[in-house]
Amino acid sequence: MSDSSAPATSGSAAHDPTGAPGAALTTADGVPLKQSLNRAIRRSRIKALLLVAPLLVFIGLAFVMPIFDMLSRSVDNPEVSTYLPRTSEVLVDWDGEGLPEEAAYAALAQDLAAGLKARNLGRVASRLNYEKSGMRSLFMKSARRAGRMEAPYKAALIKADEDWEDPDIWRLIKRESSPLTASYYLAAVDRQFSPTGEIVEKPEYLQIHVSLFIRTFWMSAAITGLCLLLAYPVAWLLATLPASRGNLLMILVLLPFWTSLLVRTTTWIAILQQQGVLNDMLVGVGILAEEARIQMIYNKTGTIIAMTHILLPFMILPLYSVMKTIPPSYMHAARSLGAGPITAFRRVYFPQTLPGIGAGSILVFILSIGYYITPALVGGQSGRFITNFIAYHMQTSLNWGLAAAIGSILLVVVILFYLVYNRLIGVDKVKLG
Amino acid sequence: MFCVLCTLIFLFLIGPILVIIPLSFNAEPYFTFSEKMLSLDPEGYSLRWYQEFFTSDEWMRSIKNSIIVAVCATVLATVLGTLAALGLSSRFMPFRNTIMAILISPMIVPLIISAAAMFFFFSKLGLTQTYLGVILAHTALGIPFVVITVTATLSGFDHSLTRAAHSLGASPSRTFFRIILPLVTPGVVSGALFAFITSFDEVVVVLFIAGPAQTTIPIQMWSGIREEISPTILAVATLLVMVSILLLTTLELIRRRNERLRGLTPS
Repeated sequence: MSDSSAPATSGSAAHDPTGAPGAALTTADGVPLKQSLNRAIRRSRIKALLLVAPLLVFIGLAFVMPIFDMLSRSVDNPEVSTYLPRTSEVLVDWDGEGLPEEAAYAALAQDLAAGLKARNLGRVASRLNYEKSGMRSLFMKSARRAGRMEAPYKAALIKADEDWEDPDIWRLIKRESSPLTASYYLAAVDRQFSPTGEIVEKPEYLQIHVSLFIRTFWMSAAITGLCLLLAYPVAWLLATLPASRGNLLMILVLLPFWTSLLVRTTTWIAILQQQGVLNDMLVGVGILAEEARIQMIYNKTGTIIAMTHILLPFMILPLYSVMKTIPPSYMHAARSLGAGPITAFRRVYFPQTLPGIGAGSILVFILSIGYYITPALVGGQSGRFITNFIAYHMQTSLNWGLAAAIGSILLVVVILFYLVYNRLIGVDKVKLG
Repeated sequence: MFCVLCTLIFLFLIGPILVIIPLSFNAEPYFTFSEKMLSLDPEGYSLRWYQEFFTSDEWMRSIKNSIIVAVCATVLATVLGTLAALGLSSRFMPFRNTIMAILISPMIVPLIISAAAMFFFFSKLGLTQTYLGVILAHTALGIPFVVITVTATLSGFDHSLTRAAHSLGASPSRTFFRIILPLVTPGVVSGALFAFITSFDEVVVVLFIAGPAQTTIPIQMWSGIREEISPTILAVATLLVMVSILLLTTLELIRRRNERLRGLTPS
């Protein structure tokens, strides 16, 4: 609509009677055609950009900036340098061998006293406690005495707590006084800095994230596989049925798609729980004994069943739209040329549905690894995803840097898969119901 | 054999949603069918959970919140999204693919990540625990749907129609209102419906950035499932299923009308 003005100018130029060969074409008012055309295109461009601009600004402010803010938070490390300013400055010159000089102890005693007074010591204490447990209590305990300390501070601090005689603690403070840190990312993959600054694995009982990442991936893959198995026949049926009956069945696919996520999750709780509908049914017909009711929810099974149900329409719809474009005559031709039904399907029909399989699978997989609500509600302990740990670090442990780091890793994975998806079909081709 | 398989899969798709409807009329505070219900005894059924829902201040407040947030977010997303879609479907739009990718990104990024990111950023601006914050967040989440549906409608738009209207003597404004608008409206309306349901059904972002005053229906359900699981949730769920049936019907009617109108265009 907006571009109809551009061809209008060229139209009048085409009929310009003075357009002798060799001479530049001009519009009716004497401006060279090329110039006039360029101006019209430029105007259309600006108009188009102006239409998009408000939304672009909005998304930039309300979405893109928050995402970048999160990415920067995953490496941001202001606590030590801000709240232990004197100590960090003195430690810059320390070589990390043995114990630091008296000056460092004096600076620390001052920082501790000042931090306690300003009530911001807790932040740096918590920050260092992420790296080494016990740091919080060490800081709070020493800070309470720091106000009354006198030189020599080294002896006074060590008297307050002998941990101050441990060079590792000083190395930790020195390392974390730099404004950027990799420790959140290391923690997100169950690694940490050793006292000497090398990257080592965390003790086994503290390793949780990698196994959760792996569980998230394999469970998402299982969900994707299940969705594909269930969606393929249904999509084929929908694509081959005459339109009137096909539309009716399509409603059965679209209704779940449009139904609230929480409704679908609730309904699975009602069905699968031990005193729920399915167990009642199985007991009722005598397959199960009353005391042998199966625990089908609050574990991996619950998550997989509920999420397969929730994501199934996302597999059916792309498969359907691909299958709809395959002419039935191909299969007829294959059969009439002597292929058995299985061969015809395997050699002729199936290869043509591969784009749909690819699109649907990537879509379901991307959606699945980022799911939070359903695993949190029906997953129990064993069916939780890495996303549940992002929420945990956001809301419970309040280690926001770690939450940001896990989130950033997940984001990169999703973007990689999304780029593949985009290559396969293009984002604006996404079908919405 | 194949028919049985497909029936089972359809049952898997639709069954759970249908199961919840009779369960919500349970007279007992359980999530399962009582014996009286199974024997179709009227005593086994009651409207008590619906009564509980409609008389609960908490639920009523969350409905109000949900509607306020969803309506505001939908209006914002639809206006901004439609304008942008008009620009994006211009032949002369520079950097179209990049811009499209940015505008679509809220749909791609997992909700938990958007929620965390928005929480960090909005808390700096003092937007957490405010209606404005929730509305802005939901607008961002609804925008991709509007942009996608409206650009899809515009890409099928036959520009010769506007030229025909002009050549038949219609003024530009008459052309817009009589030709363009009726053809584009279905796309805008379905985009708006998507944006509405996205906001109406959204939990994660609200969970992070809303305060107790902005509790929406999904949040109320979420905490209901986590804490005191009461069949009131089933009544709410049934009502929400009705809402989605209504939305689905509206969309289907729009689609049919659109197809009819498109059928007139020579393409």
